[in-house]
Amino acid sequence: MTALTVLAAETPSLVQSVDWLAIAPVVITAVVGLAVLVADLFVAERHKPVLGWISVAGLAAATATLIPLRAGDRSTFCLTADPEACSYTVDHFTVVVQFLVLAGALLTALLSVTAVRDTRMPAGEYWFLLLSSAAGAALLPASRDLATLIVALEVASLPAFALVGMRRGDRLSSEAALKFFLSSVTATAVSLMGVSFVYAVTGSLHLTQVADRLEDVPGQFDTLAMAGVALTLVGFAFKTAAVPFHFWVPDTYVGAPLPIAGYLSVIGKAVGFTGLILVTVIAFPAYSQIWGPAIAVLAALTMTLGNAAAVRQSADRPNSAVRLLAWSSVGQAGYLLVPIAAAAYSERDQIGSTLAYALMYAAVNLGAFAVAALVARTKPLHRISDYRGLYAERPLAALSLAFFLLCLAGLPPGIIGLFAKVTVFQSAVDAGLGWLAVLMAVNVVIALYYYLRWTALLFRAPEGAEAVEGAPARTKAPWPVAAAIVATAITAVVLSGAPQLVLRVASGSLFTQ
Amino acid sequence: MIDISPSVMQFLLAFMLAAPLLGAVAALLPAPPGLKGRSPEQAVLRHGVTVTGVVLAAAIALTLGFDHDAPSRFQATTDISWIPALDVRIHLGVDGISLPLLLMTALLFFLCALYSYFKLPAGPSPKAFVALLLVLESGTLATFAVLDLLLFFLAFEMVLIPMYFLIARWGGAQRQAAAWKFILYTLLGSVVMLLGLLLIGVTADTFDMVALASDNGRELSRTTQLLAVLAIGIGLAVKTPMWPLHSWLPDAHTAAPTVGSVLLAGVLLKMGTYGFVRILLPVTPDGMATFAPYLGAFAVVGIVYGSLACLALARKGNKGDLKRLIAYSSVGHMGFVLLGIASMTPTGVNGALFANIAHGLITGLLFFLVGALKDRYGTADLDTLAGATGAALYGRAPRFGALLAFAAVASLGLPGLAGFWGEMLALFGAFDPAEGLPRAAFLTYTAVGAFGTLLTAAYLLVVVRRVCMGDPKAGPEPAVADVHRYEFAAWTPLVALTVLAGLWPALLLGLTDPAVQQLLAGGNS
Repeated sequence: MTALTVLAAETPSLVQSVDWLAIAPVVITAVVGLAVLVADLFVAERHKPVLGWISVAGLAAATATLIPLRAGDRSTFCLTADPEACSYTVDHFTVVVQFLVLAGALLTALLSVTAVRDTRMPAGEYWFLLLSSAAGAALLPASRDLATLIVALEVASLPAFALVGMRRGDRLSSEAALKFFLSSVTATAVSLMGVSFVYAVTGSLHLTQVADRLEDVPGQFDTLAMAGVALTLVGFAFKTAAVPFHFWVPDTYVGAPLPIAGYLSVIGKAVGFTGLILVTVIAFPAYSQIWGPAIAVLAALTMTLGNAAAVRQSADRPNSAVRLLAWSSVGQAGYLLVPIAAAAYSERDQIGSTLAYALMYAAVNLGAFAVAALVARTKPLHRISDYRGLYAERPLAALSLAFFLLCLAGLPPGIIGLFAKVTVFQSAVDAGLGWLAVLMAVNVVIALYYYLRWTALLFRAPEGAEAVEGAPARTKAPWPVAAAIVATAITAVVLSGAPQLVLRVASGSLFTQ
Repeated sequence: MIDISPSVMQFLLAFMLAAPLLGAVAALLPAPPGLKGRSPEQAVLRHGVTVTGVVLAAAIALTLGFDHDAPSRFQATTDISWIPALDVRIHLGVDGISLPLLLMTALLFFLCALYSYFKLPAGPSPKAFVALLLVLESGTLATFAVLDLLLFFLAFEMVLIPMYFLIARWGGAQRQAAAWKFILYTLLGSVVMLLGLLLIGVTADTFDMVALASDNGRELSRTTQLLAVLAIGIGLAVKTPMWPLHSWLPDAHTAAPTVGSVLLAGVLLKMGTYGFVRILLPVTPDGMATFAPYLGAFAVVGIVYGSLACLALARKGNKGDLKRLIAYSSVGHMGFVLLGIASMTPTGVNGALFANIAHGLITGLLFFLVGALKDRYGTADLDTLAGATGAALYGRAPRFGALLAFAAVASLGLPGLAGFWGEMLALFGAFDPAEGLPRAAFLTYTAVGAFGTLLTAAYLLVVVRRVCMGDPKAGPEPAVADVHRYEFAAWTPLVALTVLAGLWPALLLGLTDPAVQQLLAGGNS
């Protein structure tokens, strides 16, 4: 007995301490998800909408727990031997991304309430999958070891495949899900391969330790380490839908239920970005000469191809609106990559510009999807030409959509969009990536074309007189959708008046370690 | 002139920018009880007159309170931090260069609102019309009052959307195409301009125009200056418009409603030339000196090109549209302004600023007159109007004819009227350009520019002959109404100011000259 106590005193305990408040946002989301799945078994068919409201409340509660965490100074699941190496860290970076993910998921949930009811999707599964995916996405920014990172990435993605295939009896939906699944799994496999290489070289999974040990890799392992770094990046580049890993995007968005398409375009991307930022800036700074140029090239290709494809969307084709949003999100992903590339050439705080841009993009893009969901209720073809004369029909929705599109384009009065682009631009210039800055400017101009064309269409006179005569009585907008539109519109307007709210993320340090 | 405390001045300027925006929001809301008027339309149009009137009153108060002994100093300044992350500040202020432009802008908007109250252009609801007009006013006033490069860009862009809708919704034939062309040209130009502004801001580490101007480009390398001038210059040149980037202007003017044309010519074009004077001359003097000869060349080509286009439109049988003709004459007049700026001398720049104001007054008046003519005849086509002998306005509507003749001779630069001084000073400036500029080239420009004034005189006299003279009994047209009371009200201030500025140019030059001297000398004076 005494011998055991002595032993315990000499070898540090293997049990890690847990800071429950720090992990509350993730835990609440996951627990509510499970609760909804179980509750689904006992709830009568007519009471199913309750599940949706439980999920909304859970997400709201998870978002609210970020308030006590806003100081950004907690860590948990630290090695007992080395308290500096923690698996879960809540710094400013984590808080900002978790806010983006949870608030985004909350908006998606609001949009989903009506979508689940109208399209008769299985409610229990839907809400469980959405919350699980959100829990994974919220875990990702906090994870500080490669294993947790990969697990979080998969927890965020696997439910998303099922969500994409949720539209029963829709061939397009299942095809999209399969396409998404196969390409995503391949990317994860490649990523895991890279992680194993890195582990082989450094002997650690903790990002800070990996970073230290990559500083002086023995000569014969150098190639292995480089291969490991490059392969790890592939998986995350896939999630961000960076060119050439983008081909799944348009079909997946079109096949998925509309709220899920919005979810993927914002939270799906945020997942990819945070992973990419963590591995590049925290884990692999020693190999910035490899991933820096690679990401710069990815950024250039992504924005150019995304915008070029978006310009080519013709307004009359079915699903052209969703396709345009899909391609424009690819283009926007290119801008988001620029500060990460810039971080390789100057200091790592450059990635604050990515976060600032992502926050703006999240609010605005979800808003655009919310309006699309509203319009799709009466015109289910998702054509851009369906938006003609929307101002005459639903003035507030049209004005909000116009504002969102102008923010995406970066044109006043969408001031926040403009200044978010300016910070990204500035980060490229500061890092000496003049060519990327110029390319970005050209892309912004190209993007103006399709955003403006759509905006102008909203204010055209509705087609023909027959539209006026035979117009069906205006259906009332369901209030959850209306609430989502109003919330995003108010956010965008407030941010345009006080861009500092978001842009302060771009200046100053985000990481504690 | 009168002593107004600095904080009141500060408030007046900020109020001038904010009031139209608030007014625009209010215009979209239902009228409160007691202000309902005869009908919702009348109430909202009256609201527009009230708001622009209050802004004009504020502008007049600002002018009275302005310390005329120190016009080179920025007055009524506000300087508060807006976005610390990017070091963007809400920095407002007026000096001798911006004050006349602010006053003229407020005046023209008031007159336009007054004119629309009685004569609303055909189109959708007047609510949106008034709201857009007020947003436009706020944007143009802000352009002349802000002292931060990014704010300048924001204000510059703010006018695009309201102007687009004014043309696209309330315009005449071909309005969609014209509005689209207008927005594409100016947008492409301003994106390039934004790049130039960012280049200056990022390399000099500040977006503050006052700091940049007093620094006079010492912080910026020559390459930076060249790139910045090229980028910003293109953006401003599209707006001005400079030949060969002018081709959006005739279409936009022809399609726009009367009020839109007046504001486009009277105010919006000035934003381009103001940018040249406020940003490029003081901030990037080296880059400007390199490009000045080219700018001068484009300017004189514009002068001759505009005049020749007008001559062609004025000829019998060419089916020339009067609005299009005045639009082309704007290209010529703005050529003089650009020539004055290109000379980079105090004389030339003062001339440019004077010509700016004169063009705003005179062309504003001309567009009002031509718009009213179009309303009366249903067409602005010169051949249809003139018929076989001429439209004979002298005979049919003598006051109207006299006003048109007055505006035309003012536009051609008759000494004693506002149009004369600006163009003469611009030519003087080009005759003796700043040190380091090629004298021979500028002498040629002076000669060509002077020849351009002759061409201008020629086409304007042709227009007067074909529209005002003729046999009143020859045409089949019905009787033409003479000038209405509301038209008198809207036009008289412009006529009076044209005469005043022509007879007493020192009033304006006294304001601009000290400011220009300091601008060109940077922090040295």
